[in-house]
Amino acid sequence: MSSTDAITGTGTADSSAKDEAAELGAGLDALETQSVERTPFGRLLLGKALPPLVAVAIVLLLWQGAYAAHIKRPDLLPSPLDVWDSLYNQWLQGTILSTIWTSLSRGMLGFFVSVLIGTPIGLLVARVKPIRAAIGPILSGLQSIPSVAWVPAAIIWFGLSNATIYAVVLLGAGPSIANGLIAGVAQVQPLYLRAGRTLGATGLRGVWFVLLPAAMPGYVAGLKQGWAFAWRSLMAAELIASSPALGLGLGQALENASEVQDMPTVLATIILILLVGVGIDLLLFAPIERRVLRSRGLLVAQR
Amino acid sequence: MASTVTQRPAGDTLGDREPAVSLDHVSKSFGRAGHANPVLDDISLDVAPGEFVCLLGASGCGKSTLLNLVAGLDRPSSGSITVPGGRAALMFQEHALFPWLTAGKNIELALRLRGLPRTERRAEAERLLELVRLGGAHRKRVHELSGGMRQRVALARALAQDSSVLLMDEPFAALDAITRDVLHEELTRIWAETHVSVLFVTHNVREAVRLAQRVVLLSSRPGRIAREWRIDLPQPRRIESAGVADLSVEITDQLRGEIRRHVQH
Repeated sequence: MSSTDAITGTGTADSSAKDEAAELGAGLDALETQSVERTPFGRLLLGKALPPLVAVAIVLLLWQGAYAAHIKRPDLLPSPLDVWDSLYNQWLQGTILSTIWTSLSRGMLGFFVSVLIGTPIGLLVARVKPIRAAIGPILSGLQSIPSVAWVPAAIIWFGLSNATIYAVVLLGAGPSIANGLIAGVAQVQPLYLRAGRTLGATGLRGVWFVLLPAAMPGYVAGLKQGWAFAWRSLMAAELIASSPALGLGLGQALENASEVQDMPTVLATIILILLVGVGIDLLLFAPIERRVLRSRGLLVAQR
Repeated sequence: MASTVTQRPAGDTLGDREPAVSLDHVSKSFGRAGHANPVLDDISLDVAPGEFVCLLGASGCGKSTLLNLVAGLDRPSSGSITVPGGRAALMFQEHALFPWLTAGKNIELALRLRGLPRTERRAEAERLLELVRLGGAHRKRVHELSGGMRQRVALARALAQDSSVLLMDEPFAALDAITRDVLHEELTRIWAETHVSVLFVTHNVREAVRLAQRVVLLSSRPGRIAREWRIDLPQPRRIESAGVADLSVEITDQLRGEIRRHVQH
């Protein structure tokens, strides 16, 4: 290394004392660092995936038991198998994937627009005092409005169109995303900002290199919640603002099944809504969150 | 800059060279006018290029405030501060490394903010890690490092700014005695290798005597320069040596005297 030629400039310490210091330092490092081993994948799967599967199995058993005991008429309370048949028929008809895709693509697009709008708003509210004082409380208040409440207003404005659906999704998810970022920024240690400033990260560079990465855990939590809100809002919008002109999404499918009293399809659709919502959370957001937390050493204790 | 003639502290070896840090009648108070709470009062201090100066004082002497002023994180209420080499590097008591980056990337970020081209950053970060004897720790996460290793990476990151002045705010106070001892040796070595000027704040008298060429004692509330000592013991010193101990006793007595003054008032 090129640092060695600088060493000759000192001329005070002899090299054996230096080696000793180096060894002492290395010894201390070895004593103080503990290695973190990862749990093997098989055990992880067993520990994480098995308990929910058991819970689902128990729910299915109770459901089958209630059906067998004739608590309600079979057309009001179908058996798990009836619901499965409904799903299977939809699969055979080839409608199920296009229905899911219609909703999923809407949900994703609406979510990404919410991210694009919610992020700068959150950043402004978090960093600019007058703006925080003015719209901070409104933003957290917005989260308590059920998204269904926006549907009538959106229909008046945009009619039965995709714009209505996206407006409702945006109003549902945007505030969560902004609030997540605000919370994330509030949790940033002032020390990081000071350190950033001494390194020359001021202004926008400070935001990009220090503030945003430091706020990432809160932001990712906000994104996760934002997706949940986007998905919920989408279902509310699709249920109410259903028209043949709009493509058939899960919400409309639910509404259509309900109109013809097709309880197995209603339940099947509800299960699909649940599976898609949870699936996106597990496949997209959970890995991101784990990554963000693990890289910061915030996930070590959790096994 | 006002052309006031700074009174050179006794025993100063500046000669004709421009100081690396120059404080000229610097005062700082917090709070509103009328209720102002003076923290620093009329501090005049020069640090020569390549000099190692320790600022020593009890709590309330405004040590950290002084460093913030020199680092440009805050402005003095009156007086002027000159750092001809530009922005000074600052190292904190907490490592202040960014946990979302690896050790190496922390250093590379400092290099990037300094304006070093991308192609040179990796090699320079490796060189700095080697300098603090952490070659091979480039990909380590901050939480995977021990307290002493974190402070060494923090030192490397501060050095990455390539500033001629390194400000250190009790950087080893949170470490255990053995680790601190090793880091004293490392810092002395690196200081000699890099010819950087160091302004090191501490409340630990022995640490100050172990490290510095000059120890400046600050009184408390408000902080004023009470006395200063030149330390002519040869480096590397040992913190247990008789020379360090003798001088520490003398300085400690003075420090205690300063603290006792607050009872009478």
